[in-house]
Amino acid sequence: MNRNALRAFMVKEFRHILRDRQTLTILLMLPLVQVILFGYALRSDVRDIRMAVIDPTPDHATLELQSRFLSTNRFRIVTTSQTPDVIEPLFRRGRADVALVFDPDFASHLRGTEPARLLIAVDASDPNAGTTYLSYARAVISSYQAELSAQNRQVRIVTETRMRFNPTLESVNLFVPGLIALVLVLVSALMTAISLSREKERGTMEVLLVSPLRPQQIIVGKVLPYLALAFANVLTALLAAWAVFHVPFRGSVVLLLAESILYTLVSLALGVLVAARTSSQRAAMLTAALVTMLPNALLSGMIFPIASMPTWLVPFTYIAPARWFIVIARGIMLKGVGLTILWRETLMLSLMAMLLLAAAMRSFKPRLE
Amino acid sequence: MQTLRYLLRKEFLQIFRDRFMVAQLMLMPIIQLLLLGNAATFEVKTARMYVVDRDHSETSRGLVDRLQASRRFVAVGSSPSTDVGDQWMLERKTDVILGIPSDFERDIVRTRTAQVQLVLNAEDGVAAGVTQSYAAQIIGAYANELEAELTPMVSTAARGSGAGAPTSAGARPIEVRARGWYNPDLNYRDYMVPGILVQLVTLVGTLMTAMNIVREKELGTLDQLSVTPLSQSVFMAAKLIPFWIIALVELTLGLLVARFVFHIPMLGSIPLVFAAAAIYLLAALGIGLFVSTLVDTQQQAMFVTFFIIMIYLLMSGLFTPIRSMPTWAQWMAQLNPMKHFIEIMRAVLLKGATARDILQPIGILALFGTVVLTLAVRQYGRRVG
Repeated sequence: MNRNALRAFMVKEFRHILRDRQTLTILLMLPLVQVILFGYALRSDVRDIRMAVIDPTPDHATLELQSRFLSTNRFRIVTTSQTPDVIEPLFRRGRADVALVFDPDFASHLRGTEPARLLIAVDASDPNAGTTYLSYARAVISSYQAELSAQNRQVRIVTETRMRFNPTLESVNLFVPGLIALVLVLVSALMTAISLSREKERGTMEVLLVSPLRPQQIIVGKVLPYLALAFANVLTALLAAWAVFHVPFRGSVVLLLAESILYTLVSLALGVLVAARTSSQRAAMLTAALVTMLPNALLSGMIFPIASMPTWLVPFTYIAPARWFIVIARGIMLKGVGLTILWRETLMLSLMAMLLLAAAMRSFKPRLE
Repeated sequence: MQTLRYLLRKEFLQIFRDRFMVAQLMLMPIIQLLLLGNAATFEVKTARMYVVDRDHSETSRGLVDRLQASRRFVAVGSSPSTDVGDQWMLERKTDVILGIPSDFERDIVRTRTAQVQLVLNAEDGVAAGVTQSYAAQIIGAYANELEAELTPMVSTAARGSGAGAPTSAGARPIEVRARGWYNPDLNYRDYMVPGILVQLVTLVGTLMTAMNIVREKELGTLDQLSVTPLSQSVFMAAKLIPFWIIALVELTLGLLVARFVFHIPMLGSIPLVFAAAAIYLLAALGIGLFVSTLVDTQQQAMFVTFFIIMIYLLMSGLFTPIRSMPTWAQWMAQLNPMKHFIEIMRAVLLKGATARDILQPIGILALFGTVVLTLAVRQYGRRVG
């Protein structure tokens, strides 16, 4: 019942963690390696778009427009043809992504009265990529058009665009906070889930239950050592973000660290709850992996914007802790805002931590069945 | 064969003893498929717009109206100064700030060129990029509309005959039409649901196999088994087959959901999908088995598998395009069996590909499976021997 027992228990936990060097190395290296690996590998922008050009009557206007496409460095012309028959086989074999089809006499129409027509056909078998191809192509054409209008003194509205907080839309700046959130929630939840269920499986839980420790103390004693380990993970991941990827840290680093601790606490508590409700290591692990991995990857806004989701789905995103942490991490790192703006997300994470810990303590059975 | 049958029975009994786990094994992926299948799109439905209109003219109001009429933008607030808008963007209350300078209308009438300012919250870069392209289209169309208004002669001529006198102003707008092949409605669910299903089935199958042998090791029953006259490959087969069957059952359930809930078109042959799945699962679960023979504790098995599955997941081309990755990452993606199987699923279901069309990825998967399973059996043999 006393504090000494708790301290002894935590010392035991620490020894457990430190004794198994192999696992400890895995636990410390894994988040770091993943953040670096995926930070380099993942790019949301589409480069190297392969374009087929169908130009029945090549002349200066169609060539000019083609060179506009090339000068963006996004498009690469794989073939030029006079008839549209080539498109289908190219798309089917995956050799082209976009086809730019000029109407016959495009250039003369451009100066004349009939509308100059242009068809952009995209391989939309991946609709997300297809939409992106389409919007890049449209952007090239409309900037060309705007220049034509300027030459001819037509009405022109020049849009001066500013991408605030990430002016160059650097993929790394967008992905790294999300990656840190995803890796942390997974590693933390899995750590406590497996540690607690291992005691069950090996029968050492009985020893703990007859000890003078209260169930709450067992849970605290399990969470705190892993919180220290998770904090080490937070530090290395943030260090990688700063040193390797040069992600800006515009806000308070102290606040970011504090929020990270809160976030890992939520994840650790989730792991404890999972372990309390399952009977074996493998059931615990399976549950922990299922409830954390895909929901936090897909519902958090890390890759797909929450604004894009159907309205009925949005409330479901609230249960993914990464959703809140990503807003916090991006807010502090990219926008430099503080608690006055991020209080809502912080409150949500605190509530989650409390609810999960309370639920874990409730479902933790002080007796064996 | 007899031994294998007994062993399989033992494995199934062990799995089905934990009812909770089995229920979860079957239900959780399906529930997640139902939810997550709806989440994976970049298309931004409506962006919240803060309007800083310093012009207050008919033309500037027209621009705001056009943006709102598209339903892509909804004005959430307006004021003549940017300060409030800036603050709102910091607080994530608005996604876009539209700034219209005070001489907007006058500039259009006099010089035919006017400026507007568009500030986007690029904290979420993908959404910002998409929103920008929508805005550019609408603003461009509005400029054309104003052109027609300001040059009545041309517009009536064009409206009257469709091919009137040559315009004094010169170039006419280019008419851009767009067409998406294979998926004209750009329905992302058709594309995503099969992919997410494969991810869920792989996640469950690989984790379960990875824990399996090492579990016996941890419980000490592996030593007992190793003194029985069991051959290594029979033992490995008994460890693999139950989860292989479970994964196939799960895939079937998932495909039913895909068909009847998401209405995913299934153009190609379903037996072909299952034949490919049978090969793919051997490869995917083989990796789990190999991990299981390598490590000493279930904990280690879990973290190593988790590492592999993250690579599967993020480098499958489902979330970010593979061709945007650096070259080394593209090679890594080629070694990802999940990527190949997702491609097969998509080709067969959405494009109606035949066995000949998907020969190459199936070959890669078969090769992959053979190598991994051989490695697993040899590694196990080394451990036991």
